[in-house]
Amino acid sequence: MDDLLREFLTESTESLAMLDVELVKLEQNPNDPDLLSNIFRLVHTIKGTCGFLGLPRLETVAHAAENVLGKLRDGELEVTADIVSVILASLDRIKLLLASLEQTEAEPPGDDKDLIERLDAIAEGREVPTKPASAPAATSAAMPPAAEPPAAPADTAAQAPAVRADTAGQTSEHHAAASEQAPARASEGAVAHESAVAAQTIRVNVDLLENLMTMVSELVLTRNQLLQILRSQKDSEFAAPLQRLNLVTSELQEGVMKTRMQPIGNAWAKLPRMVRDLAHELGKKIELRMQGAETELDRQVLELIKDPLTHLVRNCADHGLESPEERRRAGKSETGRITLDAFHEGGQIIIEISDDGRGLQIDKIKAKAIANGLATEAEIASMTDQQIAQFIFKPGFSTAAQVTNVSGRGVGMDVVRTNIEKIGGTIELRTKAGQGTSFFIKIPLTLAIVSALIVEAGGERFAIPQISVIELVRATANSDHQIEHINGAPFLRLRNRLLPLVNLQDLLRIGTTDAKKADEAFIVVTQVGKHTFGIIVDRVFDTEEIVVKPVAPILRDISMFAGNTILGDGSVIMILDPNGIAAAIGDVTMAQDHATETEKTHASAGDDRVALLLFRAGDATPKAVPLALVARLEEVDAAAIEMSNGKPVIQYRGKLMPLVTIDASYERKTSGRQPILVFADGPRSMGLLVDEIVDIVEDRMDVQLGTERPGLLGSAIIAGKATEIIDAGHYLTMAFDDWFSAHRKESVAPANKRVLLVDDSPFFRNLLTPLLSVAGYDVTSVESADKALALCEAGEEFDVIVSDIEMPGMSGFEFAETVRKGGRWQDTPIVALSSHTSPKDLDRGRRAGFVDYIAKLDRDALLNTLSQTIQARGAA
Amino acid sequence: MNTERVMNGTDKDLQGPREFVSMTVADQLFGIPVLTVQDVLGEQRITRVPLSPPEVAGTLNLRGRIVTAIDMRRRLRLPPRAPSQSAMNVVVDRGGELYSLIVDAVGEVLSLAPELFERNPPTLDPGWREVSTGVYRLQHELMVVLDVERLLDIRRAEAA
Repeated sequence: MDDLLREFLTESTESLAMLDVELVKLEQNPNDPDLLSNIFRLVHTIKGTCGFLGLPRLETVAHAAENVLGKLRDGELEVTADIVSVILASLDRIKLLLASLEQTEAEPPGDDKDLIERLDAIAEGREVPTKPASAPAATSAAMPPAAEPPAAPADTAAQAPAVRADTAGQTSEHHAAASEQAPARASEGAVAHESAVAAQTIRVNVDLLENLMTMVSELVLTRNQLLQILRSQKDSEFAAPLQRLNLVTSELQEGVMKTRMQPIGNAWAKLPRMVRDLAHELGKKIELRMQGAETELDRQVLELIKDPLTHLVRNCADHGLESPEERRRAGKSETGRITLDAFHEGGQIIIEISDDGRGLQIDKIKAKAIANGLATEAEIASMTDQQIAQFIFKPGFSTAAQVTNVSGRGVGMDVVRTNIEKIGGTIELRTKAGQGTSFFIKIPLTLAIVSALIVEAGGERFAIPQISVIELVRATANSDHQIEHINGAPFLRLRNRLLPLVNLQDLLRIGTTDAKKADEAFIVVTQVGKHTFGIIVDRVFDTEEIVVKPVAPILRDISMFAGNTILGDGSVIMILDPNGIAAAIGDVTMAQDHATETEKTHASAGDDRVALLLFRAGDATPKAVPLALVARLEEVDAAAIEMSNGKPVIQYRGKLMPLVTIDASYERKTSGRQPILVFADGPRSMGLLVDEIVDIVEDRMDVQLGTERPGLLGSAIIAGKATEIIDAGHYLTMAFDDWFSAHRKESVAPANKRVLLVDDSPFFRNLLTPLLSVAGYDVTSVESADKALALCEAGEEFDVIVSDIEMPGMSGFEFAETVRKGGRWQDTPIVALSSHTSPKDLDRGRRAGFVDYIAKLDRDALLNTLSQTIQARGAA
Repeated sequence: MNTERVMNGTDKDLQGPREFVSMTVADQLFGIPVLTVQDVLGEQRITRVPLSPPEVAGTLNLRGRIVTAIDMRRRLRLPPRAPSQSAMNVVVDRGGELYSLIVDAVGEVLSLAPELFERNPPTLDPGWREVSTGVYRLQHELMVVLDVERLLDIRRAEAA
């Protein structure tokens, strides 16, 4: 039997059992809205599932029943015993159809006009025909007449074998025989029905698995202790059995852990077929892309997100994507795309569901929100589009004007949200008119098994989820890697970048200060979203597979911890939450969320964040410079500054380094410590004298106010304050008149040329974006070819594209070929950027359509090529 | 009138002897209803939890379950335990979560007649009154009955 069908049968049988109970309850409490919503959703789910399995009979019955239930829920009909009987009769019909399905894998022939007529009559408020349910059943040739109304379960079971006989195409004699047999086999049939479905899988309570897990952990600990004892006793007769126990225990542990984990792909397995069928039904062309199907999830979590995911994809297909003509008119490809992407991030599982359709219709949502009394017009007027879009998560909210078979009954989005929040997750939505809608589901890993790095700080051990650890650096006083301090804040130079550090001891307020004197420390380089920082710890142990357990409620306020766990040696250990740490060291995460909220309208092109060094020099206004441009931060003795040729210089690393001031009026200190920002390029370096280095933040460098003042690019809001962005190029030329002429005679960028940078490495994006910005380009950077093509579809224009070659997903070659094939960017020059520059690569690059091929770290070549390429294009 | 009715109500709840696990913290005898106690353990290895409320001593592993340990001396604002003084853990359940009360010693289970019970005397320390339901007059000493629910409501205690 088809896996999908089997699962459907199991699920539906469970739902139906629940429905019987709920409906009887409803008869007793006709006014319980929760009960009604619940029943409605159960029927809705059954209907939805049969819809894409291609079971028209089941679907029509469920649809008609759902209609009636919808009216009941909305208060248009009152719950009466008659209505409940008819609905129970439809449930029995559904059961009967299911029984046949289970045995023959097909729906029995015939139709359910009788039942549907009665349901529709109720829905339309007409008099309910009082014929017993069994009589109309007789009108369908395939159905043997039943003596009793089919409300009795035994009767349903009795009909099942008969139906099977029919579908097998047997004669009426057999038919009659089957009918005769039926009552005798009624009870037997019911048993057979249940066991057949249950035989393939056993549903086990998750609590039971949780208990098993606990017991196994206990067993593991005991085994560890035994092994410890064994090691101290040579030639013990226990050695062999203990070895076996050891193996069995390990396998048992692994097995029990496995029972709880499933790849998210399992929840997606049904989607391709559903989307295919939907596309067919709606007359749309839909492509479904799924990434990260192997991401493992706790099965409990998986079960709970399955329905929300199905709903979301269904909504994308139904509401989100346009018809092929509409897409063609909008200048998009005819085929709409739905993308599902799952990955681990910062101790959470993120599932992104997006379509490239029309986006949410904000005006309709506004009107509906006002009509439903969810908000007043005045309130709506003060809301942003993104806030308005959130209304779709309210109960009973659907903008579909027509109730279609696919969606649009106001179940769905509120259920989606409730189900996700139930497991402690969140759902966010971003939409842009004409470009599509994306949903971001974040689910905490409360039950998942993760690999974690065990570290020690202040005499305590902690676990850091491996997923956010990029690398480990050992810092000692005399090595290349040493921790340096600026005004007490620690930093590490890492591959020509300054990495902000945080001391775990200080952060957690543990340990004593004398521990800091240790001349050796380890730095765990951690990445959270787009932020990278180092965590200083005393020692690093091993990585271990751990089961994340939630912390006790009274400790839940501590944002530094994602949970706790028990290690192999039996000790309890706290799991650090990199998100919490990132938030604690700079409030950066919060700032980012805020920024994306307000900037979403141009998010597609401009959500690039750069690390900025904030400092003060001269006046009180904070100033910023892209951190990537700063080679080093130094603090020198002001008395050591000398004069040469009328300009201040300092002896630095055996050379004279020119020093410049922020402007001519700046008075430099004559004594004390003088902080300097060192800019370096090749063998030259220069220092900019500043008063104080304030901070390193990641923010968008969105220059809002231009300026005439030399040395300033303009002002931007950085970390919530108006900040002047300095023009590093200006100071470089102040120090060396020939700085640019020596290197970049041809590389002075033509003004306002737009460059698109495609590179999957955040490092290179961060490095090149400020470099190109300072060279005068307007840079947009994206992390994949797909995102770049999305910009193309969105109508963005660029003067030149710089693309990496090796990228996950679409490679640079494929990207170039796709762009060359036609479309808006057909004539936009593309420059390849790669770490491999063999002649073969060059050749392939040319063929793919790249105009030039540059080594990744050769920035001069890059700037030269860009300006030449743009000039050549201008001339052409 | 009002107070009397409350008193009567309390008395009614306390008909028949009730059983308590007795324990000492800084020489004071305390009792908690025996049914709330899950386990009594000797001294355990405790993992400190940084940034936690001061009353939280840390976490410990009880047969594969993580238990939050509450230092009763700190919770009751009593002087800290001398390093040589041993400790015991009384594990209690609160809404499915396990907590361990770290006390100096655990005594026997006492079955006490309701006549010996008295509501909190007004002169009892306000902090203690918050977590105690009353006092039993034992032969040689007084036993303060702790309300586990309130005892573990540390956030509220901090806010107060």
